[in-house]
Parts: sequence; C-alpha cells; structure tokens
Amino acid sequence: MQFRHISFEKQTGATELFPIDGATVSKALAKVGVIVKYDPERNDQQKMLKLFGYLKNYRKQAILGPLGKLLEAVFELIVPIIIKRMIDIGIPAGDKPYIMKMGALLVLMGVLGLASSLTAQYFAAKAAVGFGTELRTALFKHINTLSHSEIDAAGSATLVTRMTVDINAAQTGVNMLLRLFLRAPFIVIGAVIAALTISVKLTLIFLVFTPVMWAVIYNVTKKTVPMYKGIQKKLDNTTLITGENISGVRVIRAFSRQRDERERFSGSLDELNGLQLKAGRASAIMSPATYILVNLAVMLIIFFGAKMVRSGELMTGDIVALISLMTQVLLSLIRLAELILSLTKAQASSLRILEVFAMQPSVTEGAEMLDFDKNAPAVEFRNVSFRYVDSERCALENISFAANRGETVGIIGGTGCGKSTLINLIPRFYDVSGGEVLVGGKNVRECTHESLRGKIGIVPQKAVLFKGTVRDNMKWRCPEATDIRIKRALAVAQADFVFDKNGGLDLVIEQGGKNLSGGQRQRLTIARALVGRPDILILDDSASALDLATDANLRKAIAANTEGMTVFIVSQRVSSIRGADKIIVLDDGHIAGIGTHSELLEGCAVYREICRSQLDREVRGNV
Amino acid sequence: MSDKSSTLRGLMKYFKPCRTQLAAALVFAAVNVAATLYAPILTGRAVDMIAEMIKNGGTADGLMPALAAFAVTVLVTAVSQYVMQLCLNKVTFGALRDLRRDAFDNLSRLPLSYIDSHPKGDLISRLISDVEQISDGLILGFAQLFTGVVTIIGTLAFMLSINVKIALIVVFLTPVSLFAARYISRNTFKFFREQTSVRGDLTAFVEEMTGNQKLVKAFAHEQAAEDEFAALNSKLQKTSVKAIFFSSLTNPTTRFVNGLVYAAVGIVGALSVIGGGFSVGQLSCFLTYANQYTKPFNEISGVITELQGALACAKRVLDLISETPESDDSACAEITHADGTLTAEHVCFSYNKDVPLIEDFDLRVKPGQRIAIVGPTGCGKTTFINLLMRFYDVDSGRIMLCGHELTKTKRDSVRGVYGMVLQETWLKTGTVRENIAYGKPDATLEEIISAAKRAHCDSFIRKLENGYDTVLGEDGGMLSAGQKQLLCIARVMLSLPPMLILDEATSSIDTRTEILIQEAFAEMMRGRTSFIIAHRLSTIKSADRILVMNSGKIIEQGTHAELMDKNGFYAGLYNSQYDNG
Repeated sequence: MQFRHISFEKQTGATELFPIDGATVSKALAKVGVIVKYDPERNDQQKMLKLFGYLKNYRKQAILGPLGKLLEAVFELIVPIIIKRMIDIGIPAGDKPYIMKMGALLVLMGVLGLASSLTAQYFAAKAAVGFGTELRTALFKHINTLSHSEIDAAGSATLVTRMTVDINAAQTGVNMLLRLFLRAPFIVIGAVIAALTISVKLTLIFLVFTPVMWAVIYNVTKKTVPMYKGIQKKLDNTTLITGENISGVRVIRAFSRQRDERERFSGSLDELNGLQLKAGRASAIMSPATYILVNLAVMLIIFFGAKMVRSGELMTGDIVALISLMTQVLLSLIRLAELILSLTKAQASSLRILEVFAMQPSVTEGAEMLDFDKNAPAVEFRNVSFRYVDSERCALENISFAANRGETVGIIGGTGCGKSTLINLIPRFYDVSGGEVLVGGKNVRECTHESLRGKIGIVPQKAVLFKGTVRDNMKWRCPEATDIRIKRALAVAQADFVFDKNGGLDLVIEQGGKNLSGGQRQRLTIARALVGRPDILILDDSASALDLATDANLRKAIAANTEGMTVFIVSQRVSSIRGADKIIVLDDGHIAGIGTHSELLEGCAVYREICRSQLDREVRGNV
Repeated sequence: MSDKSSTLRGLMKYFKPCRTQLAAALVFAAVNVAATLYAPILTGRAVDMIAEMIKNGGTADGLMPALAAFAVTVLVTAVSQYVMQLCLNKVTFGALRDLRRDAFDNLSRLPLSYIDSHPKGDLISRLISDVEQISDGLILGFAQLFTGVVTIIGTLAFMLSINVKIALIVVFLTPVSLFAARYISRNTFKFFREQTSVRGDLTAFVEEMTGNQKLVKAFAHEQAAEDEFAALNSKLQKTSVKAIFFSSLTNPTTRFVNGLVYAAVGIVGALSVIGGGFSVGQLSCFLTYANQYTKPFNEISGVITELQGALACAKRVLDLISETPESDDSACAEITHADGTLTAEHVCFSYNKDVPLIEDFDLRVKPGQRIAIVGPTGCGKTTFINLLMRFYDVDSGRIMLCGHELTKTKRDSVRGVYGMVLQETWLKTGTVRENIAYGKPDATLEEIISAAKRAHCDSFIRKLENGYDTVLGEDGGMLSAGQKQLLCIARVMLSLPPMLILDEATSSIDTRTEILIQEAFAEMMRGRTSFIIAHRLSTIKSADRILVMNSGKIIEQGTHAELMDKNGFYAGLYNSQYDNG
C-alpha cells in the first residue's frame, strides 16, 4: 500500500495543479502519451513498472523463483558437456565404469533440474498470486474511493472487467515473467559460456548467429502482431454485421435489402481473408528461416570443428556438444518470442489497471460530523446549478427550494429533465457547479460521507438486491438491526410477501434478485432504506413496477409510519405525487413550479400539460 | 458415428476448391518430416567422419560432400515447410470464408420462424466462433495429426534401421512422460475446479459491489464490502497458489522423464560404441531423436480432443447451412397497382400446431382506413405484423393485399407496399445518410434531407459532428431512443409506400420528442391505409376499426362505439382504465 502512495504521487500532483476529475486526468494522460509519441512503448513500460510494487511483500519469492530457473538451466546445460566427456574420454578408452559414472551424473542432473524447477515453480506461483491478491485489494479499495462522476466516466462494467479479467491477466503475466521469461536468457547466456569452455573460436559462431536468429524472430513477430490485431478487428466487424442482420431481420426484409447485406458480409469476408493470407505469409517465414540459420551454424561448427580436430585442438565429443548447445539456443529464442507475445497481453491489462488507479475522486470528503439541526429545513437548495463533466449544458440551473422536516416532496417532470440529478445532489454523489446544498442546516461539503449518507435512505430506480438472505440485505444500512425492526420496515414497504415464501427473513436472494419479480425487488429495496430509519427518504421513481393499488398503499403506509421523516418521491406519475405537501415541477433543468397539486393545476402550465397527458399515458400503460 | 461421417462429408465440399493445395500440403508435410528426420543422420555421419579422421589421421575427404548433402536436406526442409504452410493457409482461410459466406447467405434466406426461434448469440457463434474452431481444431489439428503420425513412424523407422536395441529403449521409455503428464493433469484438475469456483465467487462479488458502486456509496457500505472482499481474496490466493503450482508440474516432469531417456540412450549408446557396431555419430543422431520423439505424442493427445470439439462445431455450422430456406417465390406475382386494400378471409395461424392462436379471422380494410391494434403488452402484435408482411405464411385461409393473394405474391413485392416503424428501432452501422436511404439506396441528398425534415430529425442531424455523414456506431451509437425512432421514421418517409405499419409505443422518450413523433406519424398516415399498434386513447377512438388482441389472439374487432356496446373485453379494459385515470 505504501508503494502505491509513492508511485502515484506524480499523478496526484497533477490533480492538485488542476482541480479536475479522473476522466479529465486520464484524457490529459492520454495527451501526455501523445506528446511522448517518439517512444510510447518505453513510456508504457515505465508505467508498468509501478505495478511491480505489489510484489514488494513477496520479494523473497520473486527472487527465489527465477533463481531456481537459473539453476535448472545450468543443470540442463551441463548435460551436453557430460555427453561430450562420455564420447571423448569414456569411449576411446573403452572405459565402461566411466561411462556408467557419467550416466549416473546425467540422471543426477535430471533430478537436480527437477528439484530446482519445482522450487522455482512454487515460489513463482506464490509471488505471482501474492501480487495478484495485493493488486486486487488495492484496486478494490481505490474504486471504493471514487465518486459518481468517475464511475460514470469509466462505467461500472469496465471497472468490473479491470477487477477481474485484467488483474488475472496481469497475475498470469507476472507468473510467466518469473518462471519462463528469465529462463530463455539464462539458457542463451549459459550456452555461450558452455561453448566458451569448449572452444573459444567456435563460440564466435554462437555470438554471430544468436543475434541474427533473434533479429529474424523479433522482426517477424513485430511485423505480424499488428497484422493479427487487424484481423481481430475485421473479425469483430464480421460479427457486427451478423448481429445486425439478425436483430434487424424484419427491417432488412421489409426493405428487401438481403442481397446488399449478403454483399456487405461477403466483402467483409474477402477483406478478412486477404488479411489472413497476408499475415500467414509473413509468419510462415519464421520457422524455415530460423531452421536454416541454426543448421548453417551447425554446418560451420562441423566444418571448422573438423579442421580443429585435425589440428588436435578439439575432440569429436566437443562437436556433438556444440551442436546440441546450438539447438538449445534456438529453442529458447523461439520460446522467448512466444512469451513476449503473451506478455503484451498482460501489458495491455496492466495499463488498463493503471488507468483506474490514475482516477482520483472528484468529491472530497468533508471533515465534520453532520449534526442534524431539527429547526433548519431538512434539505435546502440555494440557487443550485449542476453540469455533468462531459456535458456543456447545465443539467440543473438556479434550483432553490426548502423541504422541511416531516414534509413529503414530490418531484415530477419528463425524462431527462433532471429529477434524478437533483436528488443525487442531496447525498453529495456529485458536487454542485454553483450554489449550495444544505442538509439539516449544514452545507453537505463540510460533512463526512458517512455521517451525511447515514441520515439519508435512498431507493434507487433500479431495484438491486445482493446475494444473501433477506435479512442480510435489510442490514445494509444498519448491521445491528433487529428482526422486529426489519419486519416493521417490510410491512411499511408492502413487502410482507417474504413471509409467504419459504424462509421469511432467511429467504435466500439470488444474485441480482433473480428469484423475485421486479415489483417484489422494488418493495424490498424500499424496506432496506427504511430499516436505517433515515431522516430523509428518497424514492427515485421506485414504485414504477408496482401496480396502482400497491403504490397507493405504500404511500399511505410511509406517510403513517415515518413521522418527522422528510420524503422525496420522484415520479413520472401524477398519481404518485398528487398528495405531496410540496411538488417540484422540473422542466429541462429548471423549476417550472413549486406548490401543492391544486396550486400547480392553477398556476403551472407545464404541470397542467403533464396531468392532461397522463390520462392517455395511464391507458397506454395497461391497455 | 454416421453423424460424424456425414459432417465430414459436408466439410469436404469446402476443401474441394483448394484440393490441389491440400494435396500439396500433405505431400510437402511428408517431405518436410522426412527431411527433418534425415538431417540428424547426416550430422551423425559427419561426426563419424571426424572421428574416423582422428583414428586414421589424414583428411576427411567425405566431409565436404556430406556437408553439401546436409545443406540440401536443410534447404528442402525449410522450403517444404514454407510451401506447406502457405498451402495450408490457402486451404484453411478459403474454407473458412466459404463456410461463413454460405452460412450467412442461407441465414438471409431462412424463414423468420427459424431466426425468431434461435437466440441471436447462438447464431452469431455459429458463424464466428464455431467456424474459427473448425479452422483451429479441424484443419490445423488435422495437419498436426498428420505430421505427428508421420514423424512418429519416420523416427521409428530411422531408429530401427540404425540400432534396434537402442530404438526399443526410446520407444518404450518415452511414453512414460506421457503417462506422467496425464497423471499430473488428472490430479491437478481438482485444484483447478476449486480455483474456478472460488474465482467465480469473487467475480460475482465484484460484479455485485463494483457493478453497483453507486449503491455501495449510498449506503456507506464501503468498509463492509472491503472486509468481505478481503476474505474472499485470501481464499482465492490459497487455492490459486495450489492450482498454479500443481499445474506447472507437467513441463518439468516431462523434461525429467525425457532427461532419463536421454541418459539411458547415452549410457547404452556409449557402451554399444565401445562394444562395436555403433558409432559416435549414430549416438549423436539417436540423442537428437530421443529429444524429438515425445513432441508428436504430446501434440497428438492434445489434437484429438480438439478434433472432437471442432467436429461438433462443424455440425452446428453445416446444420445452419443446410437448413431449408424460405420457399422460392421467383415465379410469384408482383403487386403492380397498390390500392391500399386488404382483406383477410378465414385466416388461421399458429406458431405451434398444438397451441392455436388465430382462428377463422376475417378483416376487410378499405383504402385510407386506420386500423388500431390494442391489447396488453405481449398480446401478439408482432404476430399480426408477421402475417401482414409475409414474414410468416398463414396456415389456412387467405390474406389478399391490393387484390393479390399474399402467399402467391413475391415477398419483396408485398413488403414494398408497406412502410414500417417498429418500437425496436434498428439502425445499421454506417452514416446517417445511409441509414435514412436504407429503403432507397439511390436517393439524392436533397431527397434525404427533405425526408429528414418531414420526420423532424433534420435539426438534430445537423448538430451531429459530421451532419448527414456522421457515422453511427452499433445500434445507433450515441443517439437517444427518441432520435433513433425519428431516424427510423425518416427512413420510411423517404419512400413512403401506400400502406403503413406503425408502433406508437414511445415509453422511453421524453415528452417533446414524443410530440414530434406523433406529428411525423400524422404526416405519414395522411391518405394511407395504416395499421397502428395503438397506445393513445385519441388514436384508438379515431380508428376506423379496432382489433383487440389478448394472449396472441384477436378476440374482438369493431369501432370504439361498437366495442363499447358489446360490453366485452375492450369495454372492460376501457372502463377500468378510465376509473384509474
């Protein structure tokens, strides 16, 4: 954790200079990426190094892993030398015991190799998994600090992918890096050293051919990787056309455009085929080319080796050993190229993870506890304006109103008029762009999140429940809530149905509440908010899945059981808010009127229009 | 078994266009294997010459020719491999393209009943990932299998021809590594399953919490979530270390067994050299073989499971290709004079023979009439559209459109008579312009703009980044539901056929746009026979005829007054709503 702090200091610094949100920061970072375009790869790699900080607590394992691999490589490289001794010493002398001794040594090398390899695998797994675990914890905590603006900018689905798929990929990358990536260089260097012990002159062949082979492998890989990316893109396009043709089948046939669609698809296939053949041609060269190179080296070893044998500088076994070492070098290089390919995937994931870390919460927590002033209005908006970060228009403008303790406030208006935006400002999910929001007499900016949000019960539009029992879900706000308290909340929320089902409070809710109907879920989310006995209850269009009768009973029960509680009801239905003490009519981000139902019918044209259209709407909803 | 062979026969067709390349690939593969296996023999021989040279002194006259032979062999190996790969690419990618093309062609000709009854994801995966699987598993798998078998046979033959005793050592010891690998993978499966299950739990938890991050914040639930996460995370850590460690045992173990084989060949070989009848060069050749011999075995065992999977995929793709398309209508009549009349006589229709839906349905529509279709959500309005547009054919009875019997009229001609705006807006990826001109690809820009103006979308289109040339992403990209709906209206507005099918539902649209859509609808309907899936009281009341549908059936029809008099389902529905309003 400490490391994270240090490594992100630079980016925090950037936010201090320009007090902006995460999305802007990542855009800015992207711009920086453009500026240092001359070597973006190096920039990426430097950024990636930061993630290695999460290996800190596994430093020992991260060193022992590759060390084991090094030992294994050493034992593997000794094998050709032993064979050489068999051929050069054992065979000419006809010394059978010597050969048996060397054979035993071969077996010993195998055993030692196995042992060091197992050690390496164990520590590498330990380090990589430790890395993944710490990274996951850190990212989860970090996401928890983000505010709604950043969540909007990134998208929840994206954050979930970062937490799961990307971290797994990064973990696999580290594991491979520790286990395999270092093995290849060890073998190459070790083979050169082993060759040196045999013949300095012939080692020159190694020194020439190793870089040449690597150049071939590296260049072919470098050339083909973008080609394969292009193929994937084309394939995605093919998928897209297929999907469109299935979902749009009626429109396509209504306009009789099947033939054009077939041509469009066929064209996409031809392009795909062209790219595949091109990439195939480019990558087909690698294996034959390296084969020729390694065997050219072998021929040179034999040719010059033969001369050296004649002059007595070398023995037959030396040549056999050198050939075998050369082959090992090639195999390692190919393995290395494959690994680089897989590591680029891990690199892409790491960068995506870093993007999330680079996001900083735009809403910074206040320091004071909210002490609800019973005499002040429960909620007061003073000339509030609000603009979403990515939007040029104000979503809310010049909003002023006060909701007193115990009042029921209805908020009505068309889609996109700013209803949800308005109530999101009360728990300070977003910071206002102008004016101020007061809760219990205090500016929400001054309060700690927990003390502010603890006073507010929210029932969001989308009725989300979590996996677990009904009781678990009901205790979200208030972990110490008793069964009696929960039952009372369920009764008010018209959610007694849980007692008709098996289990009652122990009824297990599946992920996403799949085993309940939309209306049942909605009532449970209302109960969940009520259990916390909030001072302010916000129902954000949360009765949409309820039939009219249940909706009416619910409002009646809330009114009867929530003395002193300020209730906000956001709705599109006039019937849901008609009885409110105060109705706020929103029209395109402005307040079009505030008052009771009859006052508004009298004096607010927008409200009248809504009421008139409702007659039609009610019919539409059910006819 | 016969299932498999018929699948294979079906696939064979797709290799025919490239059968020369396929044959060439096989020949070159065989050449490649032979040359690859011959190379160690040649190096062995060169080593022997050197050894000979030491023993006898003098020069190695044979060395240069031997090296030349080696060079030729290497060249043959490399070239044959390259050519084989190119041929294989040609065959594979060609078959891939043809399979997809045929599948898509048939998809665009299949009756709607097929497309409606198959999930979209299933159809996409047949065209995309299943075909991919065929190329990976079947074609490349076959190539691997072929070279694998040839390599095993070739290696065996070469080894036996050199030295039977040592060959037998290799033959019998090598498979041990296979058994070891299989033993390990069987035992690590348990750990993997455990890891998968814990990882699944963690992913589900992350999906719940991070996916509903706003709710977590609303309830100040962060700390509780972090605690629970930490518990799951450390559980995952424990199982992951085990799973990763045990699964990574395979390679070192195989290497170890191979090392043992290598040692055995080394010892027995060296002893044989001393004993005579075996040369150092042959020993080095055998050592190379010992190293190579396991590889094809490992590959083959992997390939066989892949082959089976690929065969299943091939069956799914071929099934789609051989599915019976819509009946041929090229000999059917065309509607030349669309007068806007429609009659239905004794029409019966059902999706499923056991569940009758529409029975003995009659309807007479005069030019310019408005027919409102009313009923609860899911009442079967699509069934009605399906029959009108000849997406489905009636089971019995007949529908006459502009004097032509529907089943005896070309489908394109029937569909050309209607303009259709559905609630599910569909736009293709492409420019705004292309989308509006979808029904009339040769329309001029002036025509397009004029249609857009009448559909009230000209103003927002002009505000888009590139106006009419703005490329819309998948499913309309960044447009709002209302804007998409307006574009769909403009699409119909452009050619404006004599009859209309409109869906009034505008649930996710704000009031202002809704008014625009209503205006556009009114503009379109002027003087045209219209079928409207109606939601507004005003539309219903002013309709010339109301069709009341419930659970897929047309249960009542008549004017508003007639239906109220009848005091049936419609009247009940109407009254209950009126009370509530």
